[in-house]
Amino acid sequence: MIGLSLVAVAALLLIALTLWRRRNPAMLRPIGAYERLNRAVGLAVEQGTRLHISLGRGSLATTRGGSALAGLGMLRRLAERTSASDRPPVVTSGDASLAILSQDTLQSGYRAAGAEDQYRFSTGRLTGLTPFSYAAGTMSVEHDENVSANVVLGDLGAEAGLIAEASDRENSSLVAASDDLSAQTIFYLSAQEPLIGEELFAAGAYVGAGAAHQASLQVQDILRWLVVLAILAGAFLKFLGMI
Amino acid sequence: MRIVAILSAIAAISAGVIVLLGYFVSTSPVPALRLLLTDWAIMIAGMAVLVGIYNLAAVQMEKVRSRQKGGVYGALLVLSLIVTFGFGLLLGPQDPLMRLAVEAIILPVEAALMAILAVTLIYASIRLFQRRKDVTSVLFLVAALLFMLAMMPTPFGPVPGDWFILLVEGAVAEGGARGLLIGIALGTLLTGLRVLFGMDRPYGGS
Repeated sequence: MIGLSLVAVAALLLIALTLWRRRNPAMLRPIGAYERLNRAVGLAVEQGTRLHISLGRGSLATTRGGSALAGLGMLRRLAERTSASDRPPVVTSGDASLAILSQDTLQSGYRAAGAEDQYRFSTGRLTGLTPFSYAAGTMSVEHDENVSANVVLGDLGAEAGLIAEASDRENSSLVAASDDLSAQTIFYLSAQEPLIGEELFAAGAYVGAGAAHQASLQVQDILRWLVVLAILAGAFLKFLGMI
Repeated sequence: MRIVAILSAIAAISAGVIVLLGYFVSTSPVPALRLLLTDWAIMIAGMAVLVGIYNLAAVQMEKVRSRQKGGVYGALLVLSLIVTFGFGLLLGPQDPLMRLAVEAIILPVEAALMAILAVTLIYASIRLFQRRKDVTSVLFLVAALLFMLAMMPTPFGPVPGDWFILLVEGAVAEGGARGLLIGIALGTLLTGLRVLFGMDRPYGGS
């Protein structure tokens, strides 16, 4: 019952705040990694280089699918913004259904920008089905495709280290976030501007994906405070011996 | 095209609502419907693997055809794929030859990549100060170093005070990890709700 109530409260807040944010866009606090991403997108279009977006290997049939969906939300907006580029962005993933969805999302982005004829199905790729084969395939994209910026966002494990190292070797910029703690540690070491924890889910809001993404951030903040209060109340009641 | 987008949105949202309710409502037929839809999703995901492998082969063949960089590796990949798939169909996955392909090729290659990863991480740790010179980087490296000292076996036995390091760092790390995971859980919840309300449509709707 608590779970259902939490979902219902979050849903109501999301709807209300989305309607509110449509009229009053939010002022977001600056996050270095996303500022770097927005600069990298502009530079890639101007210089005729390629943007590489990797969505990890989070299957949508598991609980790891949330980060993949967040990555797809960001991809939709990036596809729109880079549709004018000579070199379209390449999207890699380590899960077959995610690869198909990335192709669909890219196509939607191009269609929304009125450039559907620019879309090529080979720009949304499955690079491998195991963690290391996915990493190996992704590394070759970073190496061979004149990539100026890598955006790695999704569910990855320790293989993230190989992807980050390949980006470093090619001197391309790296914006990376994961829902996995070991991958977060690796990205903290490797990325110029690390993204920690739930900052992964802010990607859509920071690339201008719309009011719903901004409202999501606000609902996350509200729920986080509720969780903090619940933890403190629990600790206090435990201290008093009431639970 | 617009009708397809509307129909896919209706199908996705209805399926999402039923599966979500299936977790909380035990009244028939909601739990049974949830299981049925989950089974369908697993079957579709299985078919998606075949489509994904076709995509992988097509991209590599395109590399070979247009004589792009790395085309030779692409040809090798497609050839290996065809040979392994053919033998797998003929002999079955339990055949000693097929098991040999896994144990003598795939496992050693992945183990080698794991070894490279260990070196890569040490190199990245050393380079951390070149990227960022701040308090959190110092804290990160000191904590990692202390934790490794307390954990690793030494020729002189345990490091003095190792239990204290493990106790303090363990508590701090566990607390921090839980905080991060709660944030990720909330982010996942909100991302799921956006898809459920059709605000995000990663299935082709605009």
